[in-house]
Parts: sequence; structure tokens; C-alpha cells
Amino acid sequence: MNPILIQNARVLGGDPQDLLIRDGVIVALGAGAAPEAGENATTVDATGLIVLPGLVDLHTHLREPGREDAETVETGTRAAARGGFTAVHAMANTDPVADTAGVVEQVWRLGREAGHADVRPVGAVTVGLKGERLAELGAMAESAAGVRVFSDDGICVHDAMLMRRALEYVKAFDGVIAQHAQEPRLTEGAQMNEGELSGRLGLRGWPNVAEEAIVARDVLLAAHVGSRVHICHLSTKGSVEIVRLAKERGLPVTTEVTPHHLLLTDELVAGYDPRYKVNPPLRSAEDVAALREALADGTIDIVATDHAPHPVEAKDCEWDAAAFGMLGLETALSVVQHTMVDTGLLDWAGVADRLSFAPARIGRCDTGDQPHGRPIAAGEPANLTLVDPSTITTVDPSASASLSRNTPYEGMKLPGTVVATFLRGRPTHTTGGTA
Amino acid sequence: MIRHLLSAGDLSLEDATLVLDTADEMARLTEGRAVKKLPTLRGRTVVNLFFEDSTRTRTSFELAAKRLSADVVNFSAKGSSLSKGESLKDTALTLEAMGADGVVVRHSASGAPYRLATSGWINACVVNAGDGTHEHPTQALLDAFTMRRHLGELAGRRIVIVGDVLHSRVARSNVLLLATLGAKVTLVAPPTLLPNGIEHWPCDTSLHLDDALGGADAVMMLRVQSERMNDAFFPSAREYSRRYGLDSRRQALMPPDALVLHPGPMNRGMEITAEVADSARSVIVEQVTNGVYVRMAVLYLMLAGTNPNTEEAA
Repeated sequence: MNPILIQNARVLGGDPQDLLIRDGVIVALGAGAAPEAGENATTVDATGLIVLPGLVDLHTHLREPGREDAETVETGTRAAARGGFTAVHAMANTDPVADTAGVVEQVWRLGREAGHADVRPVGAVTVGLKGERLAELGAMAESAAGVRVFSDDGICVHDAMLMRRALEYVKAFDGVIAQHAQEPRLTEGAQMNEGELSGRLGLRGWPNVAEEAIVARDVLLAAHVGSRVHICHLSTKGSVEIVRLAKERGLPVTTEVTPHHLLLTDELVAGYDPRYKVNPPLRSAEDVAALREALADGTIDIVATDHAPHPVEAKDCEWDAAAFGMLGLETALSVVQHTMVDTGLLDWAGVADRLSFAPARIGRCDTGDQPHGRPIAAGEPANLTLVDPSTITTVDPSASASLSRNTPYEGMKLPGTVVATFLRGRPTHTTGGTA
Repeated sequence: MIRHLLSAGDLSLEDATLVLDTADEMARLTEGRAVKKLPTLRGRTVVNLFFEDSTRTRTSFELAAKRLSADVVNFSAKGSSLSKGESLKDTALTLEAMGADGVVVRHSASGAPYRLATSGWINACVVNAGDGTHEHPTQALLDAFTMRRHLGELAGRRIVIVGDVLHSRVARSNVLLLATLGAKVTLVAPPTLLPNGIEHWPCDTSLHLDDALGGADAVMMLRVQSERMNDAFFPSAREYSRRYGLDSRRQALMPPDALVLHPGPMNRGMEITAEVADSARSVIVEQVTNGVYVRMAVLYLMLAGTNPNTEEAA
């Protein structure tokens, strides 16, 4: 492949400069890039564009194996590339569950074959996500997939003893447990955020405390056994306060927030449209404000999409019967720009941290043969995302690369376009189509 | 008049009064007559779509539609494709293909009538006949109609509603409608059976039944499902009825002409004693009769306007 000279790009939103990519590696930045490019270099005019490190999603549902009608590794990673991601962590709640080395290797291999983004499988914490006994975490860690993140996502590891053991056990291979914090007894049959609206709509409430009780418990457990713990999709102000306190005490906790929890509130449920049905549920405006503030000040470490594709029939029905979850990969960066950058809460360097450097560190994919979330510097792999922050686009579900259409942003105007994504120097997406 | 009746909150004071006045008219035209049928909805098709068993509500709607000379089709869950997992959408498309003008829907999922009315699956008018723990607007209308017949205009009247507010669609619809009509509502329940955020509802709440009964013009007792006991909402049926049941002692705390209502079916001995249910001040049986008039009024007002050639009622 010819060298690529990206001209006048604003690295992490800084002053315009040139970047030269050769053999999958950033070889030069700034004034030295153009002279070194040579005659056969492909030039890309990036005037006005921001360059970010390739985004890393710690929380993606690719649905394969088992629900290839909703998404496949191929389509999901294509959506990831269009969203500016170069690596995604594929959640374990597939069918069969990713609780053995065989399944995680299969998913990992499918990702390599598709080539749109690196797929880092997440291993289940417990066999079959049943919360009864530990899956073979070590075997998954040592497999070709090199699993470092373990999660029963969708279901909380609610047994305190099992959670303690899991936290301890993964220390042997520097793994992390990503907890779906949901106290099960407090959320039986829960349909939406518990509040004034749930009472009015007659939908079973999912109270904030059901999340906060588990967050508090797991932070304390992690501190007790000296392990790190990661909390998935933080959704409440109370959880933020607990995590803030924990971090002040130096406890080893990291957390994520989804784009939809940064933007949408439970008021959207009033029309009983299941596109807005998600777990944890959309919360109040007060919670949204607290989450944004926490992401800005670092209490929340990362944005993770919780991209959750579902076939049409899973949403084209009454609320109770509908599936939880919404698409996220292709709109994540736009939502973050809208809620965090355009509001002045975060600069582009902050975006790079929350969507690339930090998630790569938590998932331990910032080192090794094919690392992600590396600085944009000479000698680093050319995992890059070019963003045009000046556009405003109306979200059109039919334009998605995902097999599913369950976006909650249909018809909304969102800022920013991912113009190109490079995975080790190879364009996996350019506007106008996947390269 | 609104196109769909999904929530009692959809009714303006003007609409609600129109329904109640029209129900009066329906009563006047059919009460005590040998021939109770009006030709008003001749040629219209009303489908009773019942995903949940409810003989009394379905029968009431059926009778109301038939008295207006509409063709009535009953779709019930038992023994039909509804019990075999046919989706709400496919059922709606089927009804649309059959040319239903009005769909009366009862569903265990809150908001199901809302989905029917707003998803573009059908063009028919949708009447909510009870959805999950959300609403039951025609029940609230028949309750208001019944109280109005005895008490006159409800503005300023004090209505006490007692029981499982958390799971009660009857309570939700009543609070909204009675607030529109200007009545003062007090909800009484154990704290476990009051929903989160109830302080924002247009009513008062109390945890003590005795205190609420003194100035009441009407007391409405809600059905309490015994399975709530298993979810620890209250310790036992006996304790519930001691603290929140309406018995003769409590009835004596009410003003002498205060009414007793219950949407049925009653758990005699649980939320209400047989003595009170059968007392002179109980209008529970009358509520059933009035249900037909109110549903006639609703169907008439919603469907008669859909065709310009309709004969006027009366």
C-alpha cells in the first residue's frame, strides 16, 4: 500500500499539521511529514478535520454466534468502522455464551476475517451467565483471543461471594470484571426508570438504588481483595457520587457511560415506543447532568456504546414484550460531540482519552502486537479517526451498516461526521462507503 | 371529541362533560324501555380485542355496541391465535383488513392501546378497556357518572379511593378524570402500594383510612389481589383488611349519605365486608348498569362522527 499523507489535520483538535502513514505506522508528524512522503504517496486533504486515535469500544454486542438475524461480527464491525472505532470488545451474551476458549476464539477469528475493526471478545464470568459457577476464565485469557475483560453483561453477578472470587481470580492474568450493576430482586420485571413517569404510565420501575447498591458493594469488594473492577453503563447520579468517593480514596474502580445516557431521558418513554427501552433505563435530566459532569471530571473514565442490535419484531410490539437495547456504534461520537464537546465540557483531547486511550488501558489492549489507544506519534500504529466536527446530519436508520435499525436517534440532528477510519494504516471507512 | 380514548387524562372538561351528558341521554332513551336498541351505529363494526380475560368489561362493551346497533366481533385470548403468541401488530393488521371501525382493547401490557393507536397499524378508533397497571378510562367515566347521578356536579366533592393504587388502572384513570371534573381526591393505601412520584399527582394521599373518611362524599374501594401478599406489599390479608378494609365501623365514620363504590370484582371480607357492599349506600350494582350507558356514549361519540351519513341519536 502506498504511503498516506494526511494534510492539515488537527491532531486531537490542536493546530493543523501533516501526518505520514507508511506500512501501517505513523512515520512522521508536522513539518517533516511532507518531505518524507515521496512521490507515490496518496494525499488526503484534512483541512478542518480533527484526528483522533482509533476509538475503542469496551461494550459492544455483536450477536454472533446465535443471533445473526440481528447482527454479525462482519456487520457490527463495519458499523464500528463507520463510527470511528478500530477495536470493539464483543460482549459474552451470545448463543452459545462466550464462556469457553472455543467460543471466544471463534468470535476473535471472525473479527480478523472481516477486517473492519479488531474484535476483542469479552468472556463470561459465570458458566452460561447463570451466576452459579465461574467459567474457565484462565482458558479464555490464554486463548488466541487473549481475553482480559470478563462480564456477565445483561445480568448482574449478584452473588457477593462469586463476585469476590471472580475479582480475585482474574488478578492472575491482569483481567478485569466488568459488572452489570443491577440488584435483581429490586428490578424484577422492571420496565423503565422508577420515578413519577413510571407511576403514571403503569410500567414497573427500575430504581436508581438497584444500581447504586451493587456499585457500592463491588467498589468495596474490589478494595478488599485488591482487584480492579469496572462498572458498565453507569446511569445514576447516586452511582456517580459513590464512584467519586471511591476514587478520592484511591480505590481501583473504572466506569463507563453510554452515549444514550448522556443525551436521552425517561420522558421519551411517555409514548410507549420501545425504541427507548434499554437496560439500564433512560433516567432523569438530573442524572444525565451528573453523568456529563462525571465524564468531564474523570469520575467516569470512558464512553462505551452498549451497541445492542435487535431485529424489527423485537421492537415493533407493546412495551412489555419488547427487547432492551439500542444501536450505538455509528452515532457514539456525534452524541459525545453534541453533549460534551459542543457544550464545552470536554475538548477533543478529552474525547480521545474517554473513547480511546482509557478504554484501551482498561481492556489491556494498549500493549502487545497490535495495540490500540496509543498516542498519535511517530512510531505508533496508524489507528486513526478523522472527524469533521462542522457537519449537522439527520440520523437515518436505513443508512446504518448494522443489520438492525433500533436507533433511538432517528430523525434527530446530530453534529460531526466520521470522515475516515484507519486500522493500522488501512482505511476501514471513508465517507462514501467502507473502503 | 378525541379520536382515541387511551387515558382519562386525554379528556378535557368539555369532553368529559359531553360523555357524561351523552350517557345520561343513553340512559333516558333505554332505561325502562322494552326495546333498548338505537339505530345510531348501524353498519359499523366494533371489535372487542381482549388479550386478558374480563367477562364483565367485555360484556358491558358488547352490550353497549349492540344497543347502538353496531356489529360486534369478540376477539378473546382464550382459544384464539392471541393465545398462540400472535403479535399485537399482526392482530391489528388483521382487524384493519377486516374493516373494524372501532377497537376496544384490553391488554396486560401498559400502553398496548397506545401502541395500537399510534403505530400506524390501524385506522380504527381505539378505546382503552384497561391496559396493565396503566389506565381504565371508561371505568373512571362510569364511576363519575354514577357519583354524579347521586351527588350532582362533582366539582368540589371529596372522593376517597382506597387500596392498591400502585397496580390499579382504575385509580389512575379516576384521579385524572376527577381532577378534570374539579373533585378533590384522596388516595389511601399502605406506603408499599403508593407509586413513586405520587406527590406529583393531582390528588392528596393518606396512610390512614379512618382519618380520610370524615368528610367523604364517596368512598371507592379497590380490589386487592391476594398474590400481592407474596411480594411483601403487606403481611397478610387479615392485617390488610384491619388497616385498609371498609367495614361497618368505618362506614359509620362516613357522612350518612356518602356513597360506597367498587369497580368489581370484589373480595368480600378483604377490602370490603359483605355488610357494607350490600348496604343501602352501596352503588356497586348500579355501577355495572351505568357502565353500559357510559360505553354507549363513548362509542357513539367516537364512531358516529366517522361517517357523514350517520343518523343522529334520538
